[in-house]
Amino acid sequence: MRHITLPDFGTAAAWRDAARACLREGLAPSDVTWGSEQSERGLFDDQPARAAAPVKQTVPRSFVSLAETVCWHRDADRFARLYAFLWRLKDAPHLIADRGDRELAHLRSMEKSVHRCQHKMKAFVRFREIGDRTAPRRSFAAWFEPTHHTVEPTADFFARRFADMDWRIVTPEKTAIFLDGRLSFAEGQPRPDLPEDAGEALWLTYFRSIFNPARLKVQAMTSEMPKKYWRNLPEAATIPDLIANAPARARAMAEAAPTLPPIRAEKARQQLAAHMSAWEGPKEALPAAIHACTRCPLHRTATQAVPGVGPLDAALMIVGEQPGDQEDLAGLPFVGPAGQLFDKVAQSAGLSRSETFVTNAVKHFKFTPRGKRRLHQRPNSGEIEHCRWWLDAERSLVQPKLVLALGATAAEALTGTGANIMRRRGTIEQLADGTPVLIAVHPSFLLRLPDPAEREKQMALFEADLRLAAQMVLALTARSAGAPTG
Amino acid sequence: MTGKTLESKLAILSDAAKYDASCASSGSTKRDSRDGKGLGSNEGTGICHAYAPDGRCISLLKILMTNFCIYDCAYCINRVSSNVPRARFSVDEVVRLTIDFYRRNYIEGLFLSSGVIRSPDATMSDMVQIVRRLREEENFRGYIHLKTIPDAAPELIEEAGRLADRLSINVELPTEASMETFASEKNPGQIRRAMADVRLRKEAAGDKTHTGRKAARFAPAGQSTQMIIGADGSNDAAILGESTRLYSSYQLKRVYYSAFSPIPDSSSRLPLVSPPLVREHRLYQADWLLRFYGFDLEEIVSGARDGNLDLELDPKLAWALKHREMFPVDINRADRELLLRVPGFGVKTVNRILSTRRYRTVRYEDVVRMGGSMKKAGPFVTAQGWSPGGLTDTAQLRSRFLPPPQQLSLL
Repeated sequence: MRHITLPDFGTAAAWRDAARACLREGLAPSDVTWGSEQSERGLFDDQPARAAAPVKQTVPRSFVSLAETVCWHRDADRFARLYAFLWRLKDAPHLIADRGDRELAHLRSMEKSVHRCQHKMKAFVRFREIGDRTAPRRSFAAWFEPTHHTVEPTADFFARRFADMDWRIVTPEKTAIFLDGRLSFAEGQPRPDLPEDAGEALWLTYFRSIFNPARLKVQAMTSEMPKKYWRNLPEAATIPDLIANAPARARAMAEAAPTLPPIRAEKARQQLAAHMSAWEGPKEALPAAIHACTRCPLHRTATQAVPGVGPLDAALMIVGEQPGDQEDLAGLPFVGPAGQLFDKVAQSAGLSRSETFVTNAVKHFKFTPRGKRRLHQRPNSGEIEHCRWWLDAERSLVQPKLVLALGATAAEALTGTGANIMRRRGTIEQLADGTPVLIAVHPSFLLRLPDPAEREKQMALFEADLRLAAQMVLALTARSAGAPTG
Repeated sequence: MTGKTLESKLAILSDAAKYDASCASSGSTKRDSRDGKGLGSNEGTGICHAYAPDGRCISLLKILMTNFCIYDCAYCINRVSSNVPRARFSVDEVVRLTIDFYRRNYIEGLFLSSGVIRSPDATMSDMVQIVRRLREEENFRGYIHLKTIPDAAPELIEEAGRLADRLSINVELPTEASMETFASEKNPGQIRRAMADVRLRKEAAGDKTHTGRKAARFAPAGQSTQMIIGADGSNDAAILGESTRLYSSYQLKRVYYSAFSPIPDSSSRLPLVSPPLVREHRLYQADWLLRFYGFDLEEIVSGARDGNLDLELDPKLAWALKHREMFPVDINRADRELLLRVPGFGVKTVNRILSTRRYRTVRYEDVVRMGGSMKKAGPFVTAQGWSPGGLTDTAQLRSRFLPPPQQLSLL
């Protein structure tokens, strides 16, 4: 029987070395006993152990971190439990993933307790200032009583966080000291007398004020901040009073009669009115009016309306379907993937976007949420009809020589029907006021085509349509420039 | 106005800030001060440093820069027509409080909000100045959550996003109609545009610049928002519908639901009843089902009375009771999606079942050790050594899960 004594400082690393050595010697768990410096030794501890065949060592990584944590648990049997499980693991490495295994479940719950204890230490250590406030390196100290042996594995957290000050955390078992950027450990001490700290009074004020007496939930508090920690938390002293007075405070709020607004309120209202934007004229007001549109329910879910953009004297007006995800966010038409494709094709077809007025048949984005994404939905006839009002307003403002309708929705908004787009594309129709409309497919249709050959074919047709539009614009503007004025 | 001590200002301005539910300090970039040149660290996980008796965690120093406000939102303690005491912090005071609290390990960082004074730009610029001082002069590396003002200038939002970990803008109420009723000066469209702007800036910061360098980070812990529950008449279906839209449109990290609670000097237009805490809890549960458990909005709210969630049962259990034809599921064969729908199983439990199942058959006791609540799951699953028999289809199944009936008090 082998007995291994592990030191109180550096316990986890020492266990790891010892366990590795035992495993190498092939010592079964029943041949080893484990103890820490203070624990008493067993009756059979000094008998020589039977040596078995050396064992090859490969240990799953997640066991290493499990052991690293469990070694700081306060139960005396932690080392033996770890070694026993390690012994089983060498023949069945998959056990580390078997959460139904009784022993692993126990170790995992020990690991959880230590993690929780570490977490509570990070949360509940309360420093008091013990040095000069104005010194270049301020100095703080805290007294804390952890449930497990967590000072050593947790001290580094405080070193990472409070590196520009000196501090010490005193516990009954160990003291962590951080001085001039160096972390060291010493024996524990009884509770020291820390000087009064003015910062603590402000903290108590904050704790009292942030509490909402109308929603008392004492159990939710104590499950996360158990009473065993209260004696070292300065704010905990205020809790009984807060709880006792809460119902009366909530009742008083409910029963208090409404008061008249202070005189200041009227002045603020006038000030606020001054910040509201005003209407200036019919032309400039159109985008603002579109932004404020509530003609159909789409405005409730979209970010914003996306009015058309471009020169108001443009010869060509391009009408798309509706804003997509990106357009809805940016407030600009044709900036998403379809818009980018359009720009590319338009460039090679000789169409300049800066000289055209670009807009959509429907001004608000219609979609259904799907997890973290928004799936585009086609606007229905009612929505197209409601929004035609704005499209007509834009058309009368710009008075284009030619309108290019992209896709069925645009065709429906302009000509009254969106049917048979594939047959109608590349043809020219007339609006009621005589303006010619060239029908083409929508670029997002091209993006969706799965077959590369078909896509190439449609792409070529689309480019031809845009080229036709460019030629028509040239011809139409030349004609009107040549026409006699008056 | 002058003559208020730091302590009395703190009392007023933290009292005014407590109706903001968010206190998360997690999910930002990892950083520390090991170089000795600054103060603070952020390790990804948030830490709750204390809990108030209302059960809410205290992770951040949550204060208003000022509680003077030009708006008159009926539900808000700081509305212009209220007679609560008013105060305003100076830049120095906020910086000093934050640093002194942080050094004593009371907090993870600062949550700074404010009433709107003078103009939106003036208010936002004062707030940004505080954060700039903390970051650039005090070298503060803790967490900062900044509430942004919807119509502040773009360059202020840009700087706010560069300095803070999280930005948030509250949508306040679930529908536009109730905004019109209770907060008529606020513009829901403007709030949505502000959230869209934050998402776009954040996405741009994720791209490389044209030189191939990484762009300056922008609000690494993302953006969140808050909705007040129970002040207006919106039902849970409307609330959850709005939050699914917000999640998908603006990539929010969280939508917080805040049960409307009586405030000092409240407006006569709002119900002064005790806050609907259970309803708030059920909404959070439903929110989780939508985001992490593969549920659709329709599934959760369909069949609900008046479009509201069942207050007596959690939404997953309520759904399972209505869809018994899908149960019991076999723990050893069902796929992940179906296991996630079993009441009493969380994501962790399901992962554990799946990883153990690769090597052996899972028994009833195993699931208990894996953290599953068999009290809830029992009627809905079969495992080795366990079959619910006729339990799944009994008419009284629902009553098994209800809280025990309470005898009426005679007094």
